[in-house]
Amino acid sequence: MTTIASAADHSALTASRRDAGLAKSTVTIARRALLRYARTPQLIVLATIQMSLFFLIYRYMFGGAIHIAGLSYVDYLVPGFIATGVLFSGMGTAAAMAEDLDQGFIDRLRSLPIPRAAVLTARAMADTALVAWSTAFTTIVAFAVGFGLHGSAIQGMAAFGLVIVFGFAVEWLFIALGLIAGNAQAAQGMGMIVFPFAFVSSAYVPVSSMPRWLQVFANHQPLTYMVDAVRSLTLGPHAPALLGHSSPYFVTRALIWALVILAVTVPLAVAKYRRG
Amino acid sequence: MTATIEARGLTKQYGKTTALDGLDLITKPGQVTAVLGPNGAGKTTFVRMVATLLRADKGTLLVAGHDAHKNPAAVRRVIGLAGQFAAVEPAMTGRENLEMVAGLFGQSRRVAKVSAAAVLEQLGLVEAGDRLARTYSGGMRRRLDLGASLVGAPRLLLLDEPTTGLDPRSRIELWDAIRALVQSGTDVLLTTQYLDEADHLASQIVIIDHGRAVAAGTPTMLKQRIGGKVIEVHVRDHEDVETIAALLGRLGDGVAQTEEATRRVSVHIDSGDGLMTAMQSLDATGVELDDIALRQPNLDEVFLALTGQPADNDHYATAARAA
Repeated sequence: MTTIASAADHSALTASRRDAGLAKSTVTIARRALLRYARTPQLIVLATIQMSLFFLIYRYMFGGAIHIAGLSYVDYLVPGFIATGVLFSGMGTAAAMAEDLDQGFIDRLRSLPIPRAAVLTARAMADTALVAWSTAFTTIVAFAVGFGLHGSAIQGMAAFGLVIVFGFAVEWLFIALGLIAGNAQAAQGMGMIVFPFAFVSSAYVPVSSMPRWLQVFANHQPLTYMVDAVRSLTLGPHAPALLGHSSPYFVTRALIWALVILAVTVPLAVAKYRRG
Repeated sequence: MTATIEARGLTKQYGKTTALDGLDLITKPGQVTAVLGPNGAGKTTFVRMVATLLRADKGTLLVAGHDAHKNPAAVRRVIGLAGQFAAVEPAMTGRENLEMVAGLFGQSRRVAKVSAAAVLEQLGLVEAGDRLARTYSGGMRRRLDLGASLVGAPRLLLLDEPTTGLDPRSRIELWDAIRALVQSGTDVLLTTQYLDEADHLASQIVIIDHGRAVAAGTPTMLKQRIGGKVIEVHVRDHEDVETIAALLGRLGDGVAQTEEATRRVSVHIDSGDGLMTAMQSLDATGVELDDIALRQPNLDEVFLALTGQPADNDHYATAARAA
């Protein structure tokens, strides 16, 4: 029987081994998060079936009542819905992060000879990959119910890329929230912060249709900028007429917002991670 | 040979609470050292420091010759941590969990597979190895958690209250697994609240109270210091508590402890022989008794004997939150 806990085996192992570098450790830890997702049916159902259900409800139930001049509602809705989907999946990130902290998984990782950056980077990357996956899934469903790209295919891909960038920035916010919350329930409570940003925005309805005091918030919050940026790319040549500016205007501002969010949340998350 | 752990004057404060107050502790290689103390005494804080999860405010800590504050990476290469929470991934199989941790120790995929297989066998998890960890019982998860701390072939294993919350059978299985490890030469630092656990597993026990070491020695030495056994009596009538306490105080070793609510009176005696004398004397008083028993000293009594005061568990509850 091969026992590896003896001193002789230990020196053999240490002699031949080098520490896992940033790339290897990040991939190993990220793989675990993705496996959990793939092997937990409830998580998959939530992100795909439930998300599609809500999408169809908005598109068919509300779509009939909401009129956007010169545009079918589905074309208006899809960028908004995808962007808010990113926020909602971030809630899951916060809860997962908090649970890892609570259950001692983070302690184990911190006691290992891996680079400090690996743990948080792995979480951000795994969850961004999941954002990409559910965005792709929703987009396919959208195309199936009448969504159309008015711009070029390149603009469509740029829109997708923009969602991923936004997702990455938002994930760091939720990582920080999860670390601050410390356990799954508190993290879910904190996750509620998503709702005003998701709904008081240009995602589902034009901001001009809201009461004045809500318009102030809606017009200046990051999700509106992101939604409009994605929309300006999917609408292509129609964008200036409907949104007031063409895509470079919106995309630049959206990217600036993403950078600001990262600049605030990454140091916060790292500081909170180190302090434990 | 270098001491596995050399802690001098370790101090740690959380706001107003002092978790460690100048802790000194040295462990010799090839040993199982149990750190024994009630909740909040500083055991978890100390183990977390050795695991490089925390830094002390003052003092020095050398683990296998490496400075834990200045060179934590070197310490992390030689330790394995297993705690109360069984930090394993439920959606991965036992084998996958172990291979993952082995990979994080820098082992190549091939070596990781060998390490994982060896540990599964070592801990009796071969059959369950390819099932998802979420199908495991509590005891199996703890063993898998222990396994994850072993795949890196650590020189020092850190076990933080490893059997808390386990049923008696899983507890004994885990003890057997730990004992087998010790035989193959791994040093172990174990924290526990249970004297029987320390007694069963450790060759050296360090008792800590309020963040400092108050006693250290082999289990035999410590039990000699605190007396062999305890006679515990439950009287039927409240009024008799005082009488019996006075009687047992004379027969036994030191002052008898009383607990009014349960009408319990207990006292140390040097050996089990004293039980016969005690029973005869108690019988002679004609006082009605509900129960009489001879048992091992518990942690409270150990503390009482060593520090002159009972382990103050209520006070510790708030300190434990901070730690």
